[in-house]
Amino acid sequence: MDALVIKDLRKVYRNGVEALKGIDLTVREGDFFALLGPNGAGKTTTIGIITSLTRKTSGSVQVFGHDLETERDVAKSCIGVVPQEINLNMFERNDLTLINQAGYYGVPANVARERTEKYLKALHLWEKRLGIARTLSGGMKRRLMIARALVHEPRLLILDEPTAGVDIEIRRSMWEFMREINAAGVTIILTTHYLDEAESLCRNIAIIDEGRIIENDTMKNVIGKLQVEAFVLSLREPVSAAPALAGYPTRLRSEHEIEVEVTKGQGLNDVFAQLSTQSLHVVSMRTKTNRLEELFIRLVQDKDKEERPSA
Amino acid sequence: MNDATLSHRTAAPNLWRINLVGLSTIVRKESRRVVRIWIQTIVPPAITMTLYFIIFGSLVGGRIGTMDGVPYMTFIAPGLIMMSVITNSFANVVSSFFSSKLMLHLEEMLVAPLAHTTIVVGYVVGGVVRGLLVAALVVVVAMFFADLHVVHPLITFTTILLTAIVFSIAGLFNAIFAKSFDDISIIPTFVLTPLTYLGGVFFSIKLLPPFWQKVALANPILYMVNAFRYGMLGSSDIPLGLAYAIMLGSAAVLFAAVLLLLHYGRGVRE
Repeated sequence: MDALVIKDLRKVYRNGVEALKGIDLTVREGDFFALLGPNGAGKTTTIGIITSLTRKTSGSVQVFGHDLETERDVAKSCIGVVPQEINLNMFERNDLTLINQAGYYGVPANVARERTEKYLKALHLWEKRLGIARTLSGGMKRRLMIARALVHEPRLLILDEPTAGVDIEIRRSMWEFMREINAAGVTIILTTHYLDEAESLCRNIAIIDEGRIIENDTMKNVIGKLQVEAFVLSLREPVSAAPALAGYPTRLRSEHEIEVEVTKGQGLNDVFAQLSTQSLHVVSMRTKTNRLEELFIRLVQDKDKEERPSA
Repeated sequence: MNDATLSHRTAAPNLWRINLVGLSTIVRKESRRVVRIWIQTIVPPAITMTLYFIIFGSLVGGRIGTMDGVPYMTFIAPGLIMMSVITNSFANVVSSFFSSKLMLHLEEMLVAPLAHTTIVVGYVVGGVVRGLLVAALVVVVAMFFADLHVVHPLITFTTILLTAIVFSIAGLFNAIFAKSFDDISIIPTFVLTPLTYLGGVFFSIKLLPPFWQKVALANPILYMVNAFRYGMLGSSDIPLGLAYAIMLGSAAVLFAAVLLLLHYGRGVRE
């Protein structure tokens, strides 16, 4: 079954800005799906329409087969959302924030209390249950919003930049938690600016730019489309200029670091062999940027080039 | 999450049950808010009304003597109770709804499968709770200054309840349009306060010249105050039936208007 089916979705704001120019998107039940795009691409508008906070101009949205227009409340009961902006009642007690949210979805008080304990513990917030949101750190507020989105146990969880401002250690534990939730059968749609996060967690991906979907495929296929990858090599011997490597563009970063671009089909063994013949030894190596980030930048740049007429 | 939970989640939701539980949740949340910030919600009106009783009732009222055949203090007591109900019911809903709009946590309700009616009724009950709580406190204060009676308990209760409902919905109406804190103080300052002061709280409209008597009859608060005064003292400047018609009519029109505004997303959805 499809968790989400979007057809020809358009949104024109009152000020005339056309945020969505007819997008089509399908997310299968159980998927961990990445919706990526630069700022202002239309991600939050899309999520706003799915969660009924933004009114669509035209098109249709179905959540588990329930149309948002004709079966709005049934569709809404399937969704949990963690918005990009902090939208907590800063003066409400943290456990009550969850208990209230459960109540808005018809969860009886005794069950709501059990689930509140379960999700506050899972997100390491149980000790803060009697405090108010205003006194929590930024990362804790994000985790409280995730717990709030889960308390009615939705079938579709939408996470709009859930780990923004969260430190590395907590982010990793949140990844684990999201994987567990997904493994339990919850479909997850994730938007994030941390592309390593999307690559690590998601199986399918759509890239949206200027209100249009410019890529929609499996993560494996999308990564496979990356033609050129850049690597940073640390050298034992200092160099004053980038060594010339036949077939591989290079650039000097510092006297012990060079950058090498490797095209799909080429091999790193050849790079190492050429460096070795120049008496240069590689002590460590890393990718310049995350692979998805590389592809994302290229896709958006390619689209810009297509749209910009040549001088 | 186990399999049992998952199968439970895929079952069709009972929207009646969702709205019933949702309503009780909003009512509990709003009532808790009134009690939690009692220093802002309960104490100030009690102090203000005590001052009114001391200054207008005891000091000035002593020189006025009687009005409509009762001591002036007894005459103004029902008006002051109604005044506190009107201002507090309105203030509770306008500030609570506007804050939740401003801090974005209104979205908690808007993304949930709650009917707009449920949200409106929830907030209105919150306003009524504060209005009646403050009224009870003002009654206690009034008992120190005046000899209070309730001649028609049913009329007294239904009038105060309907008034609290009308001004709670009016508060919601204001909050939906409000974009800043200035917007939530304009109506109380420039509309509610003058209408309340001129609505027969401190005087009988019989004291006014004939022309101004007719003007005063255009003020809906006059009908509410007088209906309540009739319930307590047994005397009124206006026909009781008309007062009920105005209260019920205002509540129905305002209720329909806020539902319509929420339906079209005015002030709450993009």
